[in-house]
Amino acid sequence: MQTFVTDLLCIGAGLAGERVAIEAAGAGFDVICLSIVPARRSHSSAAQGGMQAALGNSAMGEGDSPDVHFMDTVKGSDWGCDQEVARIFCDNAPIAMRQMAHWGVPWNRVVAGKSFYYKGGERYEKEEKAEKEGLITARAFGGTAKWRTCYTSDGTGHTVLYTMDNRAAQLGVAVHDKTEMISLIHDGGRCLGAVARCLKTGELRVYLAKATLIAAGGFGRIYRESTNAVICDGGAHAAVLDTGVVPLGNMEAVQFHPTGIVPTYILVTEGCRGDGGTLLDVNQERFMHVYEPDKAELASRDVVSRWMMHHIREGKGVQSPYGQHLWLDIRHLGEEHIRVKLREVDEICQNFLGVDPVHSLIPVKPVQHYSMGGVRTNKDGAAYGLAGLFSAGEAACWDMHGFNRLGGNSLAETVVAGGVIGVKVVDYLRGASAQYGTAVVADRVARDQERIRRLTEGADGSEDVYKVRAAMQDALQDGVHIFRNKEGLERAVATLQEVHARAKRIGLKSDGVGANPELALALKMPGLVRLALCVAHGALMRTESRGSHAREDFPERNDRDWLTRTLATWKSEGDDLPTLDYEPATRTFEIPPGERGYGGGKIIPMDSAPKPGKEN
Amino acid sequence: MDRTLKFNIFRYNPMAQGTAPRMETFVLPEIPSMTLFIALNQIREEQDPSLQFDFCCRAGICGACGMLINGRPGLACKTKTKDLPEEITLLPLPVFKLVGDLSVDTGSWFREMYARVGSWIHTDKQFDPLAEEERMDNALANEIYELERCVECGCCVAGCGTARMRKDFLGAVALNRIARFALDPRDQRTDRDYFEIIGDDNGIFGCMGLLGCEDVCPKELPLQDQLGFLRRKMGLTAIRRFLPGAK
Ligand SMILES: Cc1cc2nc3c(=O)[nH]c(=O)nc-3n(C[C@H](O)[C@H](O)[C@H](O)COP(=O)(O)OP(=O)(O)OC[C@H]3O[C@@H](n4cnc5c(N)ncnc54)[C@H](O)[C@@H]3O)c2cc1C
Ligand code: SF4
Ligand code: SF4
Ligand code: FES
Repeated sequence: MQTFVTDLLCIGAGLAGERVAIEAAGAGFDVICLSIVPARRSHSSAAQGGMQAALGNSAMGEGDSPDVHFMDTVKGSDWGCDQEVARIFCDNAPIAMRQMAHWGVPWNRVVAGKSFYYKGGERYEKEEKAEKEGLITARAFGGTAKWRTCYTSDGTGHTVLYTMDNRAAQLGVAVHDKTEMISLIHDGGRCLGAVARCLKTGELRVYLAKATLIAAGGFGRIYRESTNAVICDGGAHAAVLDTGVVPLGNMEAVQFHPTGIVPTYILVTEGCRGDGGTLLDVNQERFMHVYEPDKAELASRDVVSRWMMHHIREGKGVQSPYGQHLWLDIRHLGEEHIRVKLREVDEICQNFLGVDPVHSLIPVKPVQHYSMGGVRTNKDGAAYGLAGLFSAGEAACWDMHGFNRLGGNSLAETVVAGGVIGVKVVDYLRGASAQYGTAVVADRVARDQERIRRLTEGADGSEDVYKVRAAMQDALQDGVHIFRNKEGLERAVATLQEVHARAKRIGLKSDGVGANPELALALKMPGLVRLALCVAHGALMRTESRGSHAREDFPERNDRDWLTRTLATWKSEGDDLPTLDYEPATRTFEIPPGERGYGGGKIIPMDSAPKPGKEN
Repeated sequence: MDRTLKFNIFRYNPMAQGTAPRMETFVLPEIPSMTLFIALNQIREEQDPSLQFDFCCRAGICGACGMLINGRPGLACKTKTKDLPEEITLLPLPVFKLVGDLSVDTGSWFREMYARVGSWIHTDKQFDPLAEEERMDNALANEIYELERCVECGCCVAGCGTARMRKDFLGAVALNRIARFALDPRDQRTDRDYFEIIGDDNGIFGCMGLLGCEDVCPKELPLQDQLGFLRRKMGLTAIRRFLPGAK
């Protein structure tokens, strides 16, 4: 078996992983990034819309500042975020965008003079200032007070990731692609690295590192309908949960994006609405302005998704063989705008729907999109529970998003957090020395080999891994979706517990030899169901509505009892539920909890007495 | 509709001892809006769980799913079965190292390419976190983006006669990458520097100009224009080298 020894091991070579890697490599440390796919195919490349930073260069962004960005982010989070972290993020975002420009991102720039834009289907005029010509420009996104989203047409993630990977290549960061981490090596107190499986040969490898970073992106594929790439399945999160000591934060906070196209659930960017696209119902009438007179289509995602589902429930959905949907209308933006600034959207519609968005409506509905939850870290990116383990990007619960992430705040997070946490990782590496307990390593490898042997021989049973996965996805899709209630959540938890038992009895149908894909899935399947249980059980216990977590039976945001973050740990192999603990959502309040200004809903204030026990 | 599709799929697992490459046939009923992504996953989940292929974004964005579809390189996730005949033959992309079945190793090929072309901005300027960003004309930014839209699927390489014959041929994708940096004022390399990288038969002068590359590029990159542009530029650079006072 091959063993690699390095200073920093990044699990993931998307934007977050590579940004941290660059910081460490720049400081002279050895870095290896693992990735299931070549770095540039990481899901960061799929982000179309853009990334937020308060540069304030564009006319509609005038007067913007990190303070305004901070206010939007905290409101967006429904006061579920760590305000200290949100502050670090907003202050650093403008610098990060400029640094990406320096490294080569072809950001769209300010063009001086008059031009038109659309809002809610209406045409308006704006004038860009001559003195700002050539600076990084911005577009509108949901939930923001100013136009703040920096972009390159609608290939933002693509260009930023390509630039980041160029920089990583320049600094000699090693990316081992087609390599999948399957377990973490740790002694209960310190993380020593990971065991990975080579997806070219099927061989196991050991990676030993002074510091290990989880930057494995989201886990949306535990749901049946998701905008996420097929590799965003949560395998790395499952491995973290399996340590038994590292908690995952706020797993019940799952974002649904308003505009997944039906039936493939490929995303069309929020930029469509930001640029003035509207949502229409079965009668081809707008409805968002009725529910949200002020923000309309540009309220935050949780709010828009909820009103869409509500509107469908009111009988205003469009019937289709794939269930009901609504329409997205961008026709009025005009051919030039659509073919140039929304080019990917144009391509997606033409290719996957056979529809030309210049002339036709786009069928959309809300689908799983983003995981606010993840590996819980402190503000330095250090994971709870194990020294030497860090996390950044969508995989982490660093926690600037709380219960709802604003569009454009995630790509920006990967780059900003990557830079900030990279510095902390370098500090850690400077003080760290490597000691590897060989027994710990050998034991971990032996356990993984034994898992593979049992799966290949069918020692535990003959459950079909694909059927088990489908059962898990259906349980979440049915019971832990946009609107949640006790009954549905209890059913989901019970079903998932059965699925968990089945996942322990999986046996391979094929021989498992080489880069066998059935084995890859079977190895993580029980862990994926445990992740699903963290989501479902966490949602059942949280008896309030906050951001994307909407309980029909507890419609109030309850700051008195639930201004908290859920921490889910899987204490022992034999458990069939996670252990849940809670910590305050934030230690400091720059802005005390208040109204978001959209989304309606009642709030039970923090200081309202009396304070009964949490009713479940 | 109601067609029954017949898939002839290349099978070979280099890690399984004593096996030889072969074609295998799978049969599936066609469903509305079926793509090769849907079909191949269905085959794997219902008929042969060992079948290897690569998909990632399944939305034509990441470039993972390049393969030969009835002889032509293309992205499988973007290919609808209704645009294909009832009999569909799938082979892995040539040129790249085979991992197994339809899966090839594009990652190593591209990583080597970045090293050869120096795929990053070459500059001696330091980043100043306190300074305003350097300005750029928006039209130029758009032009750079136009060339940066490549998803590294490898279709152009697989469709190129020269690349199949010459292992060291850079291919349209790498030449396009050079064109992208040559366009970017942030990159301080001169034409002479680029000439060092591509001014030979493994570079721009090895290209036969038959444009198999542009025909198959799923992102419709203007490869033909870029190849022409570089050929002229490098031709001039070659001449200037022999002139007195050349730099
Ligand atoms: C369709 C879509 C559009 C989006 N648009 C926007 C937008 O416009 N603006 C915005 O702000 N956000 C957007 N987002 C969200 C944003 O793109 C992501 O949250 C962000 O890119 C995540 O980056 P990351 O570096 O954390 O992870 P990723 O880019 O997902 O990278 C994860 C990496 O981890 C690797 N990996 C995973 N598991 C393992 C394992 N077990 N072993 C080894 N490697 C592993 C993968 O191979 C990959 O390299 C969008 C998301 C989607 C799905
Ligand atoms: S023009 Fe022909 S030879 Fe030149 S890169 Fe394209 S396919 Fe290859
Ligand atoms: S140039 Fe086109 S065909 Fe070639 S790798 Fe890029 S996207 Fe694929
Ligand atoms: S899977 Fe990403 S392009 Fe086909």
